[in-house]
Amino acid sequence: MEMQIYDYKGILIFAETSNGKLAGITAELATAGKKLSQQSGEDLSAVLMGSGVSSHVDEILTLGIGKVYVVDEPSLSKYSNDCYVAAAADVCKQVCPSFVLFGRTIFGSDLAPRLAFHLKTGFVPDCISLDYDPDAHLFKMTRPVYGGKANATYTIENYRPQIASIRPKSHEPVQLGAVSESKGEVIKLNVSLETIERKIQVIDEIKDDISGVKLEDAGVVVSGGRGIGGPEGFEKIRELADILGGAVGASRAAVDEGWVNNNLQVGQTGKTVSPNLYIAIGISGAMQHLGGCSTSKNIVAINKDPEASIFKVAKWGIVGDWRKILPTFTEQCKTLQSSSTAQ
Amino acid sequence: MIKIIVCMKQVMDPDIPISLFKINPETKKALPPEGTPPLMSSFDENALEAALKIKDGQDTQIFVLSMGTKIAKPVIKKTLAFGVEDVILLEDESFENLDGYSTAYVLANAIKKIGDYDLVLCGRQAADTDAGQVGVGIAEFLSVPSITLANKIEVSDRGVRVEREAEDGYQIVDVPMPAVITVNNKIGVLRYPVLKAVIAAQKRKIPAWSVEDIGLDEFAVNRTALSELSIPERKTVNNQVILNGDMPEENASKLALMLREANLI
Repeated sequence: MEMQIYDYKGILIFAETSNGKLAGITAELATAGKKLSQQSGEDLSAVLMGSGVSSHVDEILTLGIGKVYVVDEPSLSKYSNDCYVAAAADVCKQVCPSFVLFGRTIFGSDLAPRLAFHLKTGFVPDCISLDYDPDAHLFKMTRPVYGGKANATYTIENYRPQIASIRPKSHEPVQLGAVSESKGEVIKLNVSLETIERKIQVIDEIKDDISGVKLEDAGVVVSGGRGIGGPEGFEKIRELADILGGAVGASRAAVDEGWVNNNLQVGQTGKTVSPNLYIAIGISGAMQHLGGCSTSKNIVAINKDPEASIFKVAKWGIVGDWRKILPTFTEQCKTLQSSSTAQ
Repeated sequence: MIKIIVCMKQVMDPDIPISLFKINPETKKALPPEGTPPLMSSFDENALEAALKIKDGQDTQIFVLSMGTKIAKPVIKKTLAFGVEDVILLEDESFENLDGYSTAYVLANAIKKIGDYDLVLCGRQAADTDAGQVGVGIAEFLSVPSITLANKIEVSDRGVRVEREAEDGYQIVDVPMPAVITVNNKIGVLRYPVLKAVIAAQKRKIPAWSVEDIGLDEFAVNRTALSELSIPERKTVNNQVILNGDMPEENASKLALMLREANLI
């Protein structure tokens, strides 16, 4: 029998793990999912797929999600599009959700659109706000377009499930342990992966050598841009970041010049960060960069061009040559940090 | 011989300043400022560069496929200067309001019409909508594997080996051809063409296919509906303190003390 739109019920978020831990995006998805659940009256559940992931289920329950589906399959130990799409499609077939939500991480960017096309339904990626329209009984999905110069709001009227992804850091995370005792329901799902033709073979997975704080999780980020002029300048950036216990970031220009590794890029095609303190040095503040850092609580800019867009979003700043400013600034920070340690 | 189809979209210059950026909320469209020609999406230029890198190493034919309603011919013809076999335009008024789903459907059908291909390369996302779903959608309509965010592509007799971006690192995957690969900007910016080829390219005639030419019997229906396009309110920063650079050292100290005062360091 053909499924009707009203046969699809509930909101399903796709939880993620990273390096053997529940990924930060999962708690952000919980926030987005809870809001939509409250607005729409639809039940909220989560699904976690992978191999050996069952141990994370309790953690998801403590985010206040009442029902967690688990797909724990050895063949899902390494991510490959064909296997995960087959598994996710099977999950959607069994759970039959009305709304499916991913994070716009690398996992979500690869899996969600292919899943949507596979299910012949609509997909709205990279949303910064999600709402329910009670009159139309539809979810409204808003995402930045034209590099953030405009916002576009979409609906998916005649196809189910409605699929969307949220931009990382666009939603405040639910604190882990928000619900002290995990009293929710855990449902193990079996998916049939034997019949699918596996074409993608994962040969190896190489982890970046990251010393210190992870960029996305850092409370302080010190970023350098084209104005830094070369890889040597980034050593000064690193020095300041270390003193402040923060992470180093970079603009796309600095990455394209090859001064720093690609994994330090902050912006639309890099990492999204939202630290308490973001220090932008020699960064003009192009839209695609601001897209990755504009939710930072406090932005500090050092740039020689007083007209640079970065000064429009900065709370503090100095107009001038960073080479003359940074050494004293770093020294002063060091003094202040050590005096606070002494207290 | 490897046959690569590169899908390239024309977009409004993404670097036009906010002050010149206008929309029509009624038609829900962005209005390009007078006198600013469209550009090829920079991410699609990365995809063309990826194809050229493959061609550097082996016998390869590259076809560029571009879809739209009013494609600026001189802009798309520039791609011919890179030794591309041919540019095929998919131009039809009915393409005006297609979403990612329908766009992928049209492109996939045009690719079927082009026929035997080994690889389809697309940018990681369009530089205007930033969605990143059409490439993957083409793969689904063609029933071939999709690999996203490729940083490196190596083609051999056995298939393709791709280094693709992963959370905190990268993944190496093997995939047989035909396949669709979306290319990360890390693969490199598009090289410069030879001037003579640029001039010659503008003289070439390029084919344009309409809906009938592609032979679409049934048009894919949009899955998503755009209900609103708006310009977001810019957050204004209160109590902004911007020091000038006349006294760099003094101001650097002052800034650090202010940040301490605010409990930020």
